[in-house]
This record gives sequence, structure tokens and C-alpha cells, in this order.
Amino acid sequence: MKKIISFLTAALIMCSALAGCSAEKEAVATDGSTSMEKVIGVLGETFELDTGITVTYNPTGSGSGIKAVAAGTCDIGLSSRDLKDEEKAQGLTATVLAYDGIAIIVNPENPVSDLDVETIAKIYTGEIANWSEIGGNDSEIVLIGREAGSGTRDGFESITDTEDNCKYRQELTSTGDVITTVAGNPAAIGYASVASVKDNVKMLTVGGVAPTEETIKDGSYIVQRPFVLVTKADTELSESAQEFFDYITSENAREAISSAGVVAAN
Amino acid sequence: MKKNKMIERVIHGVFLILGLLTVGCVLLITIYLVISGVPAIAEIGLFDFLFGTEWASTATEPKYGILPFILTSVYGTAGAILIGVPIGFFAAVYLSKMATPKVKAFMEGAVSLLAGIPSVVYGLVGMLVLVPAVREIFDIPDGASLFSAIIVLAIMILPSIIKVSMTALEAVPKEYEDASLALGATPVETYFRVSVPAAKSGIAAAVVLGVGRAIGEAMAVMMVSGNVPNMPSLFQSVRFLTTAVASEMSYSSGLQQQALFSIALVLFLFIMLINATLNFFLKKEKD
Repeated sequence: MKKIISFLTAALIMCSALAGCSAEKEAVATDGSTSMEKVIGVLGETFELDTGITVTYNPTGSGSGIKAVAAGTCDIGLSSRDLKDEEKAQGLTATVLAYDGIAIIVNPENPVSDLDVETIAKIYTGEIANWSEIGGNDSEIVLIGREAGSGTRDGFESITDTEDNCKYRQELTSTGDVITTVAGNPAAIGYASVASVKDNVKMLTVGGVAPTEETIKDGSYIVQRPFVLVTKADTELSESAQEFFDYITSENAREAISSAGVVAAN
Repeated sequence: MKKNKMIERVIHGVFLILGLLTVGCVLLITIYLVISGVPAIAEIGLFDFLFGTEWASTATEPKYGILPFILTSVYGTAGAILIGVPIGFFAAVYLSKMATPKVKAFMEGAVSLLAGIPSVVYGLVGMLVLVPAVREIFDIPDGASLFSAIIVLAIMILPSIIKVSMTALEAVPKEYEDASLALGATPVETYFRVSVPAAKSGIAAAVVLGVGRAIGEAMAVMMVSGNVPNMPSLFQSVRFLTTAVASEMSYSSGLQQQALFSIALVLFLFIMLINATLNFFLKKEKD
């Protein structure tokens, strides 16, 4: 008898929990780029404070996020690269949320502090293999990059025009790993989202321009990429997802976006 | 009486279903792997896939050759066995035969703890301590290499080798050892001439288990091996079969994703082979 009572109570609690959920507005599900974690986190928080609608974020990577929208398993896909033509052909639309500068980082012990895009390309394709060739110490350059398919790698390689030609020494699977590795090796060079770079590594200026909000927004810092919201063109967003979408693409969200270290597009 | 029988039957049925659940999972995974792995192999060509030396899955002209991964996995595992087996074996002999109860209890606890450390922790320590150390010691530009991965794997397989070998050594009937000692053999002679040969299939099973653990490890090696699809060489950045799947899966699409399933299928076949070997040794021990 005791068991039956406890079972009934459990069932009752579950029912009321479900009922509670349906009474509130449904949560907004986002899925995609790991680079966008910070900005979506901040936006989701402020949005929840204002409206009480929760925003979930699943950090799977740009490709997975785009796939998830196409498959309808999330409301808004997050991509840190523009959509490919074949993805647009699936009926997906891209809306630029913000611009993210990709920082070129080296170990703090490295005397080199400025490179231009051509030199960076030459370094990554192996044409320049020793730091002494560009005014650094006499040591082999250790190229740290991201794995194939990463939005950051795609962004970096397309900006420097080094697609498929980078002679990586290490291909790591997260921004944090890249930063840790560069911080631990005096001869390493890597790239990572400006927002996630901490002071254990040194950010290089590119062609004399440091990656700051102004230089990224006005385009003078050239190593940058868009943060894109991906939605289905032919299906309407749920009420709460639409509300979230409108909020983050409005001017009101600008402050929150820049607090995440990226530059708002709107 | 009848009621009891009924209950027996019901319980029997429930357990049968639970058992079948496991079998079902294995079947499901096998079938899924075959279905999702075979198309890419068919499209790329079995020979080009298995013996192609270049992997460039997102290039404009993608290449899907997994020979570098296969060789890396084989070399990495062999290296780990080469280092891990002697250490593990002698440790097992010491613990099961020579150590005093206090030392044994302490060291066994340490070994169990080693077995319980999550692989990501091995990877983390490897990344922050081992990789820079390898770079300094061998004076190479970067320490993330096959060598670092071998060291990490060697440590990771120690617990399984030690524990299984110990069980086998402890199962040797005491009469064997007593007889040898009575004939005037020294204890060490007895352990290596009598106990070890008597436990040899159990020790072989321990080695095979170590091979299985090493070849299937992904997280730890991913963090110390550099992950570039080079043909393996000791101080180069390399990519294993497991890390090839793990590092690209999250962003993959189309043929690339299918090819990753094909890699998983190849890995699965390797593991099956290892399991068959393991069963062979275990059966031999029983007989």
C-alpha cells in the first residue's frame, strides 16, 4: 500500500510539472557554433531576465547547428561561417548577428608582434618555417590550428586564402586547447576567437591593426568572420523563438553582444 | 506450488529480456555501423580507403585514405604494449607473490585508482606536463607526438595488465610452488619457472586486454598526439583511428561523415579481432 501511495505521489508530481511547463512559454532551443557560446550565453541570460523565457544552447559546432535547424531539432542554428550554397539550397536563411575577430596568437615570450596577412599565409603554408626569417628567435615555427570543419579554421583559412594548404603541427578541437597549447610552447602560433583570448598569450597586430571592436566593425582588422543565425525560410519560428530572434537582432541587444567581446552587426 | 512456478517463470522471462537487451544493443550497433560505414567505402573504393596515405576530408578535392590512422593506431598500441607490458607484468608478479600484505594492499589500491582516473584527466596531465617535457627533453619544436601518446597509453593500460595478470598468478595452485620450493628452487626461480608458465594464458589475456584498451582510447590521445593526419613517425603529430572519428564528427557532413563511420567500422573490426583473441586465451586457460 505504501508503495502504491508513493507511486501515485510521484505520478502526481510529474503531471503537475508537465502542466507547469505547458502553462509557461516554451523554451528557445539554439544549437551550433562553439565560438558563439559566450555571446549566446549573455543574450540568453538578458532575454530570460526580461521575458522569463529560457534559451537553451547546445554547443555542437557550426555544421551540426545548421544540420539541426534543417532537421527541425532546434529553433535557431548558430553558425560562425556563412552558409554554403548547398545549405542555402535546403531552404535555410542566414542573418548576421555579429562579427568576430580571429586573433592571431603567439607565446608571450615571442618578440614578433606584427605580421601582415600575406606573411601569416606564408607561415601557415610552410613557406616561412623559422621565426628568425621574420625577426623572431631562431626556432622552427609550430603551427597550431583547428580541426577540419571548425568554423574558426574555415574563417581563418578563407581570409588568409590558405584553404587545404596549411601545414599544421597540431589540429586541436577547441579554442581553449589552442590557447593552452600556444601558451605552453614558445615557438607556437595559433588562431582563436578574439573574445576568448586571455593574457596568457600575445595577440598579434595584423598589418599594424590590433583587433579591437572599432577595427573589427569598420573592417580594417581583416581577420574576422560573421556570427550567423540560421533559420528555415519556409517555416515560421515559434512565438518565443521569434521574440528571441527579434530581440537579439535589435539595437537593444548591442550592449550585451559587445560585452561578449564581439561586434554587433545591427 | 503452482504460484511459485509462475513467479519463477515470470522472473526467468524478465531476466531473459534484460539479457537480450545487451545482445540487442550489440546487434544494433553492429548493423548500424555496417549500414552507415559501407556506402562510403564503396564510393571511395576499398583499396583507396584502406591504403590511401592522404586524408583531407574538407579539401576541395577530398581525399579519404586512412592508412595513416591504421598505422598510427597499430604503432601506438604496439609502443604502449612494449612499455606497459614489462612494467605491468613484473609489478603483477611482485604484488601477487613477493609483496608483504601491507605493501600489497597499498599498491593494489593505487592500481585501482589508476584504473578509475577518467581518460580526459590523463589527457589533461599529458597535455600540460608530458607534452612540454617531451619538447624540452628531445629538443623538438613541439612535443605533441606519437611518442607522447605511447607514454600516456602505456600508463593507461597498466591497471588492466596488472589486475588480470595478478588474478591469473594468484590462481596458480599452491602445490605447484610448494613442490618447486621443496625441490630446492629459490622463490624467484619458482615464480618465473613455475607460477608464470602456469598462468601464461591468463597473462596473455591481460596483454590482449591492454591492446584493446589502448586501441580504443580516444580522449587522452587526442589531447597529446597533435591530430594531424601524417603518416606515423615517433616525434611527429599523428592521428589515431579513434581520434579521426572523434575530432571531425561534430562538424562533418555528407561523404565525410560517412567516411568517419567507415573508420569506426574498421576500428570495430579491429576490436572484434582483439576480442576473439581474448576469448581464445580465456578458453585455453579454462581447459
